[in-house]
Amino acid sequence: MNSVEGLLTQIRGLSSTASDVLSLQNVLKQADESLHAESTRLLPFLDQLDPSKHSLGYLYFLEACTAGPVTTESASSFVLIIARFISSCVAEQIRLAPDKFISVCKRFKDQVLLLEEPLRGVAPMLTAVRKLQSSTEHLTTLHPEFLLLCLLAKCYKTGLSILEEDIFEVDQPRDLYLYCYYGGMICIGQKCFRKALELLHNVVTAPMSTINAIAVEAYKKYILVSLIHHGQLSTSLPKYASGVAQRNLKSLCLSYMELANSYNNGKIADLETYVQANMEKFGSDNNLGLVKQVVSSIYKRNIQRLTQTYLTLSLQDIANTVQLNSPKEAEMHVLQMIQDGEIYATINQKDGMVRFVEDPELYKTCEMIEHIDLSIQRLMTLSNKLTVMDELISCDPLYLGKAGRERQRFDFDDFDSVPQRFNI
Amino acid sequence: MDGIEGASNPTMEEMQANGTEGVDGLPLTSTSTRKNRPIVSGEPLDIEAYAGLYTGRTKIKRLMFIANHCDNPGMQLEALRMAYDEIKKGENTHLYREVVQKIDGRLGPNYAMDAAWGSTIERKAEQRKEKLESELNAYRTNLIKESIRMGYNDFGDFYYAHGALGDAFKSYVRTRDYCTTSKHIIQMCLNAILVSIEMVQFSNVTSYVSKAEQTPEALDPPIVAKLCCAAGLAHLEAKKYKLAARKFLEVGPELGNSYSEVIAPQDVATYGGLCALASFDRTELKNKVIDNINFRDFLELVPEVRELINDFYSSHYASCLEYLGNLKSNLMLDIHLYDHVETLYDQIRNKALIQYTLPFVSVDMRMMADAFKTSVVGLEKELEALITDNQIQARIDSHNKILYARHADQRNATFQRVLQTGNEFDQEVRAMLLRSSLLKYDYNLRASRKH
Repeated sequence: MNSVEGLLTQIRGLSSTASDVLSLQNVLKQADESLHAESTRLLPFLDQLDPSKHSLGYLYFLEACTAGPVTTESASSFVLIIARFISSCVAEQIRLAPDKFISVCKRFKDQVLLLEEPLRGVAPMLTAVRKLQSSTEHLTTLHPEFLLLCLLAKCYKTGLSILEEDIFEVDQPRDLYLYCYYGGMICIGQKCFRKALELLHNVVTAPMSTINAIAVEAYKKYILVSLIHHGQLSTSLPKYASGVAQRNLKSLCLSYMELANSYNNGKIADLETYVQANMEKFGSDNNLGLVKQVVSSIYKRNIQRLTQTYLTLSLQDIANTVQLNSPKEAEMHVLQMIQDGEIYATINQKDGMVRFVEDPELYKTCEMIEHIDLSIQRLMTLSNKLTVMDELISCDPLYLGKAGRERQRFDFDDFDSVPQRFNI
Repeated sequence: MDGIEGASNPTMEEMQANGTEGVDGLPLTSTSTRKNRPIVSGEPLDIEAYAGLYTGRTKIKRLMFIANHCDNPGMQLEALRMAYDEIKKGENTHLYREVVQKIDGRLGPNYAMDAAWGSTIERKAEQRKEKLESELNAYRTNLIKESIRMGYNDFGDFYYAHGALGDAFKSYVRTRDYCTTSKHIIQMCLNAILVSIEMVQFSNVTSYVSKAEQTPEALDPPIVAKLCCAAGLAHLEAKKYKLAARKFLEVGPELGNSYSEVIAPQDVATYGGLCALASFDRTELKNKVIDNINFRDFLELVPEVRELINDFYSSHYASCLEYLGNLKSNLMLDIHLYDHVETLYDQIRNKALIQYTLPFVSVDMRMMADAFKTSVVGLEKELEALITDNQIQARIDSHNKILYARHADQRNATFQRVLQTGNEFDQEVRAMLLRSSLLKYDYNLRASRKH
């Protein structure tokens, strides 16, 4: 008990300036074990600390408190405490002990899920993510946790706001895989298929030394979204995808590849029979909704092809060509596509004719010019970033050592031994 | 092979006797001495006249092909009868048995199995073979190149006459080592080409044609013409219609009847004309076919083909397609062309449709359907296929049945492409930076483990 009291006094005393906080950190590290030993009795001491001033200390105490198994009663009390802590803590202090913070937040997530109220966790987790990130380009372990809560709570819009930011730094590969996978699912939920495809593509082509389940599930969704968005699936992964992925992914997702083949053949009846036959398989992967969207997208594809050939076409003919049952159904489909902006047409109900028109976009408006200008700026910044990164790597001693060992040797001088390490 | 060439001459007089006036009162051209009914025409095939164009094994093969593929039993029996007569003149017992089986006694006792003839031929064949073998061995021991070459050549002729085509080919090819002059090489090549065509192995044909063309000496015009025909046939089999057309159009008038064991000048005209029509564009068609003086002589032999090419060029599509329809049944009986007829016809029809729509901004589909003698619905389907294939730049107004030409808007297309490329670049660079960050992490992890 005394040690705890003593610790509390030290925390209160050493939390004012940055150097004090650093020495406090050392003290806390040494005291960590003793804290864990008394985890069950630490709860009342928390009231003596102020999370906004003594964030680091509070964090250590909190982490020790929550170290035990989670039960429903403790969960409800802890959820409140942790939520309050997250909203009031100081970012610089908690960044000194990131793993502790991460474990506390993970516990928080578990408790919220145990109480079956994921919505309670969404906002606090968002704050936690923002506080832990060193910059908006930094991916932390909390990102996928946050997205998971969003998915379970079905508030996709909040998830989307995080996804809008570009990520360039990653702590752990597993974080990235999960982040992109959950992110893809959120985008699918919001019907932003382009962004979903991009995220899933990142998972599938990420460097990995062994095949993992996240990549397999992501590839299944990737196939389906690719069919919905593009109407086709490129059969081979790009060259930069890892070797394990290129070799193994297709064989692990055979029924989906079959679905893609059947889709490409264009016969709607075959596609539907195949889907019926494999219903449970798709259902067990939780992809049934997507598969149904794939089937409906084949009608859209066929109607779009008609716009290339015809200026006007009767609804009956559309129904016949696209293998729909009646002109009424054809009208519904065409109407839906016009509303979604997928084709440009007008329906003349008196004659039962549809008139296809060209894309009315003339590329002459101010908004379009602005859009193009912004794109150009963005791409220029991106290019600069790429150049900067290239220069950094060229100066990296590890890279130079490796490149030096494997460089071409054209002259006697080249055979001088290259220093394995630069001792600067 | 040299002795058979003379056989075509008596049939020429035969054909002259058939009809003294030309078709439709066509004036005589000074170059052709034959004024006779064209053999390849819309009327049912005159088998005697047709068979008269050919000699040797190809005559028999063609007659049997006609018998197999013809619906008319009268024509079938006629063909089989002529085949029987021709085989009896030769020494091929294998083909003899085949023909007798096909005839099945329908032509009476004269055309039944003559076993005696069969066994006489086979005995003679054995004797001849032994003689040839002993002669060849003698020559081989004496090591006289010319005699060995003649020996192998005789063997080749022997095997060919008896229908053992594989052995014939091998024997002819063996003469290669003993050829001393270019004439020998050319003879060997021509023999090999002939046997390969009979065996339907056209890859050999192409290689031997190029071998023959590579000889340093200048070749006689008839031989050049023969090689062009053989090359054309090879391309036809390989479905390379444009190359086939070019080869057939290069055949000079010196061909005459000299290659009757493979091909007749009528065939050169038909194959060349149809392939050209299916694969050439308008300028090439005018330059190489219509203005081609040499080829004009060949086209005289098949006036219907000449007419249909002219109709196509002058946009009289209805009559052009009518001629094609009439010729079809006879062309299906041709041993080289029969499996290409459908493809060629489709290509010609598509070209006609495309050519019709090319000069117009809008086309009334009802008039077009009349011009092509088809229904509006059928025409719409055909046009849809061509538009989807990007061969016609147009759109169909299905309500009013009008076809409108459509020219792609370059400016819009450029803007769209620009924006799309920008997006792709954006995505790819971001993905690259992300991947490089992962790789760096991985590398650092491994490096830190090492220390």
